[in-house]
Amino acid sequence: MQEQNTTFTMPDFLPALPEMFLLGAACVVLLADLFFPGRNRGLTWLLSLVALAGTAVCVLALEVGEHGVMTFSNTFVLDQLAILMKLAVLAASATVLVYSRHYLAARDLHRGEFYTLTLFSTLGMLVIISAPHLLTLYLGLELMSLCLYALVALNRDSAVGAEAAMKYFVLGAIASGLLLYGMSIIYGVTGSLQLDEIAAFIGAQEERHLGLVLALTFVVAGLAFKLGAVPFHMWLPDVYHGAPTPVTLLIGSAPKIAGFALVFRLLVEGMEHLYVDWRDIFILMSVLSLVAGSVVAIAQTNIKRMLAYSTIGHIGFLLMGFIAGTSEGYSAALFYALVYVLMALGAFGMILLLSRKDFEADNLDDLRGLNARSPWFALVMLLVMFSMAGVPPTIGFHAKLAVLSAVVNAGFLWLAVLGVIAAIVSAFYYLRVVKLMYFDEPQDNAPLSGGIDMRVLLSSNGIAVLVLGLMPGALLTATIAAIP
Amino acid sequence: MEQVYLAIVLAPLLAAIVVGLGGSRMARAWAHRLTIAGVGISFALSLVVARDVFVLGAPVFDGAVYTWLVSDGLRLEIGFLIDSLSAVMMTVVTFVSLMVHIYTIGYMKDDPGYARFFSYISLFTFGMLMLVMANNFLQLFFGWEAVGLVSYLLIGFWFKRPTAIAANLKAFLVNRVGDLGLLLGIAAIFMYTGSLAYSEVFAAAPALVGQTTHVIGDYHWQVTTLICILLFIGAMGKSAQVPLHVWLPDSMEGPTPISALIHAATMVTAGIFLVARTSPLFELSVTALTFVLVIGAVTALFMGLLGLVQNDIKRVVAYSTLSQLGYMTVALGVSAYAAGMFHLFTHAFFKALLFLAAGSVIIAMHHVQDMRQMGGLRKYMPITYWTCLIGALALIGFPGFSGFYSKDAIIEAVSLSGIPGAGLAWWAVLLGVFITALYTFRMIFMVFHGQPRMDEHTREHLQESPWVVTLPLVLLAVPSIFIGALTMGPMLFGGLFDDAISVLPQHDVLAMLAAKGYTDAWSFLIHGLQAPAVWLAAAGVLVAWVCYVWQPHLPGVFARVLAPVYRVLDRKYWFDELYLKLFAPAGRGLGRVFWQFGDVRLIDGFLVNGTARAVGRLAGVARRAQTGFLYHYALVMITALALLMGWLLFLR
Repeated sequence: MQEQNTTFTMPDFLPALPEMFLLGAACVVLLADLFFPGRNRGLTWLLSLVALAGTAVCVLALEVGEHGVMTFSNTFVLDQLAILMKLAVLAASATVLVYSRHYLAARDLHRGEFYTLTLFSTLGMLVIISAPHLLTLYLGLELMSLCLYALVALNRDSAVGAEAAMKYFVLGAIASGLLLYGMSIIYGVTGSLQLDEIAAFIGAQEERHLGLVLALTFVVAGLAFKLGAVPFHMWLPDVYHGAPTPVTLLIGSAPKIAGFALVFRLLVEGMEHLYVDWRDIFILMSVLSLVAGSVVAIAQTNIKRMLAYSTIGHIGFLLMGFIAGTSEGYSAALFYALVYVLMALGAFGMILLLSRKDFEADNLDDLRGLNARSPWFALVMLLVMFSMAGVPPTIGFHAKLAVLSAVVNAGFLWLAVLGVIAAIVSAFYYLRVVKLMYFDEPQDNAPLSGGIDMRVLLSSNGIAVLVLGLMPGALLTATIAAIP
Repeated sequence: MEQVYLAIVLAPLLAAIVVGLGGSRMARAWAHRLTIAGVGISFALSLVVARDVFVLGAPVFDGAVYTWLVSDGLRLEIGFLIDSLSAVMMTVVTFVSLMVHIYTIGYMKDDPGYARFFSYISLFTFGMLMLVMANNFLQLFFGWEAVGLVSYLLIGFWFKRPTAIAANLKAFLVNRVGDLGLLLGIAAIFMYTGSLAYSEVFAAAPALVGQTTHVIGDYHWQVTTLICILLFIGAMGKSAQVPLHVWLPDSMEGPTPISALIHAATMVTAGIFLVARTSPLFELSVTALTFVLVIGAVTALFMGLLGLVQNDIKRVVAYSTLSQLGYMTVALGVSAYAAGMFHLFTHAFFKALLFLAAGSVIIAMHHVQDMRQMGGLRKYMPITYWTCLIGALALIGFPGFSGFYSKDAIIEAVSLSGIPGAGLAWWAVLLGVFITALYTFRMIFMVFHGQPRMDEHTREHLQESPWVVTLPLVLLAVPSIFIGALTMGPMLFGGLFDDAISVLPQHDVLAMLAAKGYTDAWSFLIHGLQAPAVWLAAAGVLVAWVCYVWQPHLPGVFARVLAPVYRVLDRKYWFDELYLKLFAPAGRGLGRVFWQFGDVRLIDGFLVNGTARAVGRLAGVARRAQTGFLYHYALVMITALALLMGWLLFLR
C-alpha cells in the first residue's frame, strides 16, 4: 500500500488496461454502428465480440502478485479474484451477444444500442469487480445498472417492457439510494471511503458501533436488491418477464458475478468485523429466498418468471456461502455464482433458440415435445435443468454441495437441511420441464431457429454443464485460489 | 495360496459372465467349452488344495482378500477359510458340478436356452464356492443367496411352463422364510459378539453361555439357543427340512442336471454345512441340538414315506433326497457332525448319480417321467441300469457301498447319544432304512424290470444315451461304491475335521463309537451285518420285489385297504394346502392392509401427495404477493428495511 502523496504523480494505468480498452472499444462500436449500420449489424456484432475478446486478452496479459496491485490512489485493485471474475463476466457477456443476435434480428430490435449498452454495462461490472473503494464501487454499480434499465426498455412499443423498465428503474433508484445512504454513514463514522481503512477502523472498535450497524443495514438492503434476495426481490420476476429475452439473459447472468463482487468487496473486505450482524440478515434472507424460490416457482406457467424465482432460490444458496463466513464459504459462493451464470445462460439461451419471428417461446407449454423436435437440444436443456436442480453428475450438484458443506462446517446444519428440502421442492419444476420435453406431444413443429454460432455455443454450454460436473477440479481450484 | 483360492472362485464366475452375456453370439459349443474349462480349473485347483490340506497337512488358511467396507467396528470382508471342511465341500462341489456340466451337453442338446443354462450352472458353482470357502457370515450369506437365486432361475428355466414358474416362485418364497431366520441369526451373532468373522465369533461364543434375552413376552432364551435355532431355520429352508421342505419336490420342474447338482448334491446340503461349520455354537446349546435332532428325524422318516406313493421318477429321488437330508440333520443333532458331513459327502455322489440316471431314462423316454409308463428298460439301456443300480444300492446302504458306511455311522451315533429325543430319532432312522430300500427298489423295478408299459412309438426309439451322458454316470458310480470305505476311517474317526468341527466330550458319540473298535472299513462292515439296519434294508428290497415284480397287483390292494393312509401320503400331509389356504391368504391380507392403508393412504396419500398439495397451495397463495404494483414493491422494500433495522439496532 503506498502512501498518499500531496504532489501529483502519474498513477499506474496498467492494471486498469482492460477497462480502458473496453471503454475505447465501446466508443468505437458506437461510432461504427452509427456510420456502418449495415443490414444485419454484422459489423457491430463482430466488433462487440472483438471488444470483449480483446478485453479478456488484456485481463489475461496482466500479471498480479499474490496480493494484487492497487492503483489510482488506492481506488482500483486488480487481484486474482478480480481476474477470475472479469474473465467470467466477459465470457458471459460474449455468450449473451451470440445468443441474442438471431432473436433481435427477427424482431426489429436489432439496434446498435443493445451492443453499446451491453458493453458499457459490462464495463460497469468490471469496475465493480476491481473496486476497493466505495466511490469506485458505486460508480461501477451505477454504470452497470443504468445501462440495464435502458436495455429493459429496448422494445419501446412493448407495454410490459416499458412497465418492467419503469419498475426496475424506480426500485433500482431506491436501492441505490439506500446503498448510497449507507455508504455516506460509513464515511461519516469512519472518515474514509477506502474499504481496507474502513475495515481497520471497524476492527479497532471496542464495542458494536450502532452507527455502523445502521449503515450496514442500508448497505445490505441495497446489495440484496441487486442480488434479488427476498424480501428485496419483488422487481425480479416482473423485470425478467417484461424485458426482451436477450436482456433477461444479460440481467440473469453476468451481473450475478458483479453482485458477488459487490458483497465480497463491501461486506467481507470492508465490514468483516460486523460479520455476525450481516450474517444474521443473510440467514433470514437466505431462508426466505429458498422458500420463495422453490415454492412460488411451482405456480408459474411462464418460463422466464419460473427462472426468475429459480434465480431467487439460487441466490438463497449463494448467500449460504457468505453465511459460513470462511474462505471455504466465500469460494463456495463464488463457485456457485459462476456455475449459476453458466446454467442461466443455457436456460435462457434455450428460450431464445426456441423463439422465432412473432413467436415468444416463453411459456412452459412451448417446451412440450422438444425431444421429438430436436433430441439434441432437449438433451442440452435436460442437462441444464438437472444442473439447476442439483442432480449429479452435473456441475450444479457440486455447486450446491460446496455451499452446503460450507454452512455445515460453519455449524448451520439446520440451514443446510432447509437448503436440501428447498432443492427437492424446486426439483419439481425443473423436472416438470424435462417431463414436458420428453413425455408430451409437441404443440408446434416449426424448425428451431438460431444460427450455427448459437447452436454450437449452446451445445457447448450444455456439454460444459456435464463435463465440468464430471471434472469440477479445475474450476473449484480456481475459486479457492481466488479467495485469499 | 490366495491366488489359487481366488482362481477357484473366479474361474466359474468368469465363464458364467462370458457365456451369459455373449452366449447368444457365440457358437453353441463354446458355451460348454468355456464353462467346462472354468469349472475344470476349479476342480483341478480344488484337488490341489485338498492335497495340501489332507495329505501335506497345510495349516488352516484364514484370511481376507478384500475389505468391502468398515463401519463403526464392523468389518465387511471377502475372505477365505480353507480347512478340512471347506476342502471337502470344494472338492465335492466342483467334481459334481464338472460331471453335471459334461452331462448337460447331452441332456440339453436341443434346448434353445443352451448357453443360458451353462451360464447359470457356472454361476451356481461360483456361489456355492463362495459359500463354502467363506471365513465370515456375511460372505456365507452372500453365497447362500447367490445359490438361492440361481436355484430360482433354474427351477424356472423352462419359463414358458406355468408349473415351472409356480415351482420356482414356491422355492423362492419358502426359502425367504428360512433366509429370514438365517439373517436374524447372523444379526444376533453380530449383536452379541460384535463380529461376523468365524474365528472371532467362535472365540467369543463360550462367553455367551448363560446370557439370556427375551424375544416375545417374558420367556428368557439362552442367547446361544436363540442364535443356533435362528441359524438352523436358515438351514431348514435351504436343506428342505420339515416344515420348509415343500419346495424341493416341486423344484423337480427344473431340468434334471439341476436336480442333480443343486437339489441333491450341493445346494441343499448348504444347511448341513452351515450347522457343521458353526458347530462351536451348536455345541453350546443342548436345546438347539434337540431341535435339530427332532426336525431331522421327522424329515428322515416322513419324507421317505412320501417317496412310496410317487409315480414321477424324479419325485421319488427328490423325496429320497429329503429323507437323506433328514439323516444328515439327525447326525448334526447328536453332535456327530463328522458323520453328517460324511453322509453329505457320499450322498453327493450317489444321489447325483441317481438323478443323472433318472435323467438318462427321461432322455430315452422322450421326457416322459411317469414310472407307470416305463418298465423293462434294463435291456435297452444297460449302462444306465447298472449305474443306477449301483446308486440305489449305495442309497439303501448295501453293505460295502459308500452309503452303508455313512448311514450306519449315523444310526450307530444316534443309538449312543444321550441327548433328549435320541431314542425317538433312533426308531425313525431305523424305520427309515426300510422305507428307503422299499421306495428305491420300487423305482428300480418299475423302471427297469417287468414288462414295458410305454407306447409302441417310444419303445421303438429306446436306446442308450450318448457318451456325454453315460460317462458322468460311470464316473459317479465309482465313488458311489468305493469312496465310503476309503474315506470312512479318516472322516469319522481319524480326526480329519478336528480343525473345523468342535464337539464337547460329553456329546462326542463318534468317539464312543470309536471306542467300540469299529474304526476301519472291514470291521465296520462286519459289525454292520450284525445290526438291524442291513436286514431292514434287505427286507425293504424284498417287499419291493414282491410288490412290483412278483405280484404287481399287490400295491393296488394295499392302496384300497389302507385308503386313509394312502390318502394322507398322496396329499403329502396337506402341507401345501396348509400354506396355500392359511399362510398365503393371511400374508396377502396383511400386505393388503399395509398397502391400502399404510402405502396408499398414509405414505402416498398423506405424506407424498399431501406435501405436494400443500406446496402447490402455498405457491398459489404466495404468488399473489406479487401484485404487480410498483408502490407495493417499494413498500415491501422499505418495510423490510425498517424491520431489519429495528431488529439489528434494538433487539440485540
